Amino acid sequence: MRAAEALARAGLKPILFDEAERPGGQIYRQPPTAAGHTASTIYGFEARKAEAVHRVLHDCGDRVDYRPKTLVWNLFGRRLDLLTGDGHATQSFDRLILATGAMDRTLPFAGWTLPGVFTLGGAQIALKAQGVAIGRRVAFVGAGPLLPLVTHQYAKAGVEVVAALDATPFSAKVAQVRGLLAAPSTFAKGLWYTARNRVRGVGIRNGVRALRVEGGERVEALVWRDASGTEHRVECDAVGASFGLRAEAQLADLAGCRFAFAAELRQWMPERTPEGRSSIPEVYLAGDGARIGGADVAELQGARTALALLEDLGRGVDRGAVARLDRALARQARFRHALDAAYPFPRHLVDAIGDAEIVCRCEGITAGTLRQAARDREAGEVNRAKALTRVGMGRCQGRVCGEAAAELVAQASGRELERVGRLRGQPPVKPIPIVVAAQ
Amino acid sequence: MSEQIKVDVTIVGGGIAGCAAAVALREAGMTVALLDKGLCGAGASGVNFGGVRQQGRDVAELPLARRARPLWERLNDRLGEDVEFHASGHLKIARSDTEMAELERYAAVAAEFGLHLQLLGTNALRAELPWLGEGVVGGSLCAEDGHANPRLVGPAFARLARRLGADLREHTEATSAAPTGTGFETRSAELAIDSRFLVNCAGVGAGRVAAWFGEDVPLTPQVPNMIVTEPLPFFITRSIGVCGGGVYLRQIARGNAILGGGAGWGDATATRSRPLTEVSLAAMTKSLAIVPGLAGAHVIRTWAGIDGQMPDHIPVIGWSSTTPNLVHAFGFSGHGFQLGPVVGEIIAELIVQGRSASPLAPFAIERFTTASPVARPISVAIEE
Repeated sequence: MRAAEALARAGLKPILFDEAERPGGQIYRQPPTAAGHTASTIYGFEARKAEAVHRVLHDCGDRVDYRPKTLVWNLFGRRLDLLTGDGHATQSFDRLILATGAMDRTLPFAGWTLPGVFTLGGAQIALKAQGVAIGRRVAFVGAGPLLPLVTHQYAKAGVEVVAALDATPFSAKVAQVRGLLAAPSTFAKGLWYTARNRVRGVGIRNGVRALRVEGGERVEALVWRDASGTEHRVECDAVGASFGLRAEAQLADLAGCRFAFAAELRQWMPERTPEGRSSIPEVYLAGDGARIGGADVAELQGARTALALLEDLGRGVDRGAVARLDRALARQARFRHALDAAYPFPRHLVDAIGDAEIVCRCEGITAGTLRQAARDREAGEVNRAKALTRVGMGRCQGRVCGEAAAELVAQASGRELERVGRLRGQPPVKPIPIVVAAQ
Repeated sequence: MSEQIKVDVTIVGGGIAGCAAAVALREAGMTVALLDKGLCGAGASGVNFGGVRQQGRDVAELPLARRARPLWERLNDRLGEDVEFHASGHLKIARSDTEMAELERYAAVAAEFGLHLQLLGTNALRAELPWLGEGVVGGSLCAEDGHANPRLVGPAFARLARRLGADLREHTEATSAAPTGTGFETRSAELAIDSRFLVNCAGVGAGRVAAWFGEDVPLTPQVPNMIVTEPLPFFITRSIGVCGGGVYLRQIARGNAILGGGAGWGDATATRSRPLTEVSLAAMTKSLAIVPGLAGAHVIRTWAGIDGQMPDHIPVIGWSSTTPNLVHAFGFSGHGFQLGPVVGEIIAELIVQGRSASPLAPFAIERFTTASPVARPISVAIEE
């Protein structure tokens, strides 16, 4: 939205495609119109920001052509393929900004497929969009800043949070305090959530390992070991668990953007200059879809990317605005670097995945099948593992399991994750009804 | 300094034919090195429809297809893994009396090769396959045809070749090959192979290899455009093709329906390919007309790949016209999957025995490289 706003201000009339029904993305996702929640109950600290973001399109009026409920399911050459309420449509473009965001990164653990287990983002969206909690007695597990936030939001909403477990060590956070101070307000917010959580009696426990959800028909308890190896068990009826975020970069992939392996995040990301340019001249990247930065960065990056696009079109841009955005983004980058280091990817959870555990839920592929393919069938590359085992070949096309599958292939074949590669993007980005062809 | 090795046979191209040749040559006691620019079985061998089909083939290919069919029956045992071969039967549909007459003519020709096709009228077809849509006049059923999983066959042949001692080099593109007087020297960026024999089964890249030996062949890229739905309850009991081509479809045991038809996009260097939306949508529409029961399905993936195509839609298989001890096997024109295992055997026969048990005259490269090409037998419409 910030990119569209900047383009509209410069006199262009951008088209903004949004898969959602209402603007706001994930962080500032809006409840259905009739839900009647106020911004402050839904967004807390972020209420003013949320309201400001929601106002953007309203203020732009018809200078932004907003197309909600539109899935961009393919991109080839300079054309988008769309799925709309009326069926298939196409849209040609001469410049494109992809701001496709991120989703939860999941890892399998014992019991993770039981009804009642959600991702942290899923738990948050249930609360924000529908005003419902995932359970009455809820346990959360994470490996990123979403954990204290969701814990806070649930506790504030009156849900009993019985455990908040961080799979990364506390020492990693202590080591990054200086870097985290690069964005003091964000850091302060994090401290506040943590403090409030303590006041409410849900102190976050760091360095947890060996997760296990117990239950027959659905979640009954969460079991884990602390850093000293002592086992703990807490009864609960729902678990929110995910381990950082992954970029939703399929459209960048289909656009032909060059990707680079981000070692500290253990994932592949489309290459992006600080100004938002991709390796393809007419394609620009903004927001978490190219580098996880969070909502504040996404606003800055969106505006900055639009200015880069305008510069490339030969239009004059406000140099002062460019300089301010660049300074703010540089400061945020230092903070983000520290934040990434404060929440290192919990590889111990990959080592702990049992062979019987399902990795790919769409196709029912277990960790054991994947490891066997990597060891005995020369599947040391994730696309080859997909071809041989069907991992990532179902409805989600590996959006959920792709990273975990790559980790398991790397572990079993003794290769570096980077050499395992990434799942090839193939259209459609999300499933499309076969009948659209006939409409 | 590049690595140097010496073997009896160098194979360029690790598709099914190349890997099956490596297997057969190792079993005959010859030493083998095989180069593939990517992963074995990841090219046209791995991204095709997966049809194990004799029906509808050019008559020149029928002897090879007939010989290949029993190999498929034994393939799981041979490869040591399940490649999901299923003799579902292949039904070719006629949508007019003219097309039905064409099927009748073909059935008579096929019978001469021992391939028995069952001709079904409208009522018989409706009775057996009630899920077929309107507009189907009749069909020709080849009960012993079927399909297999193309993603598994090539890699399984490659692993068998490796177990038998073949030296497989993946991500190793052949950059040159030339006669040495006693054989060939084949090079990649970091490897030089000295061999008595050279096999060119480099798929869409085979034209380049042939040109190293002064054989210019009119090989062009062919890009299959494929679609797969989410898993559905199993009901498409037969693999389906139509007269005149255009669309073909099958359903696998897992439940996914696989649809193909038309050509996708390939770049000028034939290294990248993409499915094309209009082509995919057309194949989806045609599939819905043939199998209306697909109407509730979602498409979850589309893909393309690149095969080499000859102007007459049949491959080049046999000795080089210019260079002793060079064997070609390429240009399968989008329907080499079923032939792959037998082509591997034929390549090995040529090298080990000097001749093949199968009639290869129609596949001679001379039909493109000499002024008066060999007379061709009748050609029949090709699909998948």
